[in-house]
Amino acid sequence: MMENKLIAGLAGVALVLLFNAPQSACANAPTPEQILQRVDANMVFESAISKTSMTITNRRGRTTSIISKSWSKGEKNALVEYLAPARNKGTKMLMLDDELYTYSPAADRIIQISGHLLRQSVSGSDLSYEDMMENDALLEVYDAVLDSEEVWDGRNCFVLALKAKKMEIAYPSRKVWIDSERYLPLKEERYAKSGKLLKKIEIRDLVRTQNRWYPREIFFKDMLSNGQGTIYRIEEIQFGVDIPEHLLTKAALRR
Amino acid sequence: MVLLQLALKNIMGAKLRTWLNIFVLAMSFILIVWGKAIVVGMGDQIIDAMKDVELGYGGQLWHPDYDEEDPLTINDAHGSIPDELVPGIEAGQIVPILMATGNIYPEGKVRSVLIRGISPDQQILDLPSSVLKDRKGVDYPALIGKRMARKNNLAVGDMVTVRWRDTNGVFDAREVEIVHIMNTVVYTVDVGQIWFPLETLQKMLVMPNEATIIALGKDTGIAGDLTGWTYKSLDDLLANVLELLRMKNGGGNIMYGIMFSIALLAIFDTQVLSIFRRKKEIGTLMALGLTRNKVIGLFTLEGSLHGALAFILGGILGFPFFRYFAVKGYAMPIEGDEYGFALGNVIYAKYGADLLIGTTLLLMATVVLVSYLPTRRISKMTPTNALRGR
Repeated sequence: MMENKLIAGLAGVALVLLFNAPQSACANAPTPEQILQRVDANMVFESAISKTSMTITNRRGRTTSIISKSWSKGEKNALVEYLAPARNKGTKMLMLDDELYTYSPAADRIIQISGHLLRQSVSGSDLSYEDMMENDALLEVYDAVLDSEEVWDGRNCFVLALKAKKMEIAYPSRKVWIDSERYLPLKEERYAKSGKLLKKIEIRDLVRTQNRWYPREIFFKDMLSNGQGTIYRIEEIQFGVDIPEHLLTKAALRR
Repeated sequence: MVLLQLALKNIMGAKLRTWLNIFVLAMSFILIVWGKAIVVGMGDQIIDAMKDVELGYGGQLWHPDYDEEDPLTINDAHGSIPDELVPGIEAGQIVPILMATGNIYPEGKVRSVLIRGISPDQQILDLPSSVLKDRKGVDYPALIGKRMARKNNLAVGDMVTVRWRDTNGVFDAREVEIVHIMNTVVYTVDVGQIWFPLETLQKMLVMPNEATIIALGKDTGIAGDLTGWTYKSLDDLLANVLELLRMKNGGGNIMYGIMFSIALLAIFDTQVLSIFRRKKEIGTLMALGLTRNKVIGLFTLEGSLHGALAFILGGILGFPFFRYFAVKGYAMPIEGDEYGFALGNVIYAKYGADLLIGTTLLLMATVVLVSYLPTRRISKMTPTNALRGR
């Protein structure tokens, strides 16, 4: 009798373990496309309002923090307003497709900058404007191959090798460590056409909000420079918010 | 002749006063000629250096989207090199240059650079582009200038990472080898720039047979737009520099004017004093039968002789000085590019015939005018009052 109870108990524990085990352990592991689809479901949004801080550490170890609020709609429309430091407060950047407009309250002028500025570093950080405003679905722009399964930072991960489907993608290849349970890229390496590692990204903290996992703190590192990297922290974020049309217009920059 | 002898005798009689006037005028003459010659020499050096190193002597063809004052246009400004230019390119008389923006990472520091591609076989620009040719075992040979090398602590043989984006916006990065460091006074081909063989850069950017600008040699016969390319004459290319030099020259003219005025004031003063003190003499000359105009002529001649003697003294004193600065040059405390000019740290004075004749004529004409103006009072004098010193 005791023996039957023990067997039933063990079977129960085994079932619980089986159903709670990471999916990577399953024989029916998702395909790379399915993995990317689920990553995109977490990372890509129609609209969002967020408050973020960016801490830049230079080669000498000096840090600068920029706090900003963003209103994003779709892949290529966003308004960013700097809240701190004081010297940048009120500065706004409006991205409409490939055009970038900046507004400085001190000069009270709106300056339109060509799309090339989107490739420049934001305030000396390891992020370009493109990186900061990236909201593209990975599945749309990359072909994925499951490279391996690894444990990263105590989490089981699918390691995907991504190759750009189109010629116009800034990083022609990437390697992404995707949490096999939460479907969030915990680590990413971005490569140049030559295969040289250009950028490393790590998600150091994440949050479960509005039915999706989303990064809370991301570390960006330009691998060619010996700077100490940039920490991008999402203090608050709200998805699916109705963003009025007039907010993403040039007229809104002066308000 | 009598008037001339009399005028000469009179001014020599004034002794020290005359020689002081002549000396001040001669010094003004020397400084004005020298200052102008330095500016002319500087302008010619800048223009020659730019033509030699950067522009070529036959103008340039620019891609219509290229705007040298807007770096954001560079990556979009590229087009196929016209077929009709191929023979000139092969002969080294037409030089296509491709440009793109990028970054280098010397010692892990990120710096923006303008990446340029040039044919190693070109012969019209005074750039050591041949050092980029046939570098065995070096896939990405790079040429930089001494200012770029100094700022980024780079030396020949160093490897440095260069990052750029190709025509599709795709990132690429390579280790390149610095194969030569050029010494040029034209900082616009040096500061923040890195040069590669044209074909290498065309491959790097995925822009086969394309260029951003095309420099033309003297006798290419091209003096107008080609399909997809806008012709820029040397006057167009040098317009900003010439304007800047004109402005500098204008500023200099104010200084020369002040200097010259001081010397002329001395002559004017001397003339006024002479007429005041020599009223009895004027009356005597009139009583002896000299007309008023002849007396005015005598006094004007006396004043003008200051100018003539100053010119002779200026020539004697100035010649070794002028020659020294024409041969040895004027060494500036800092290099010319600190002022925004393609100039080394030595300026050679250039004395053209127009400068010497122009300055001499101007000096003589104003001396005659300044000598004449005070003498108009003589026309109102009566011989009787003049004899009594009134």
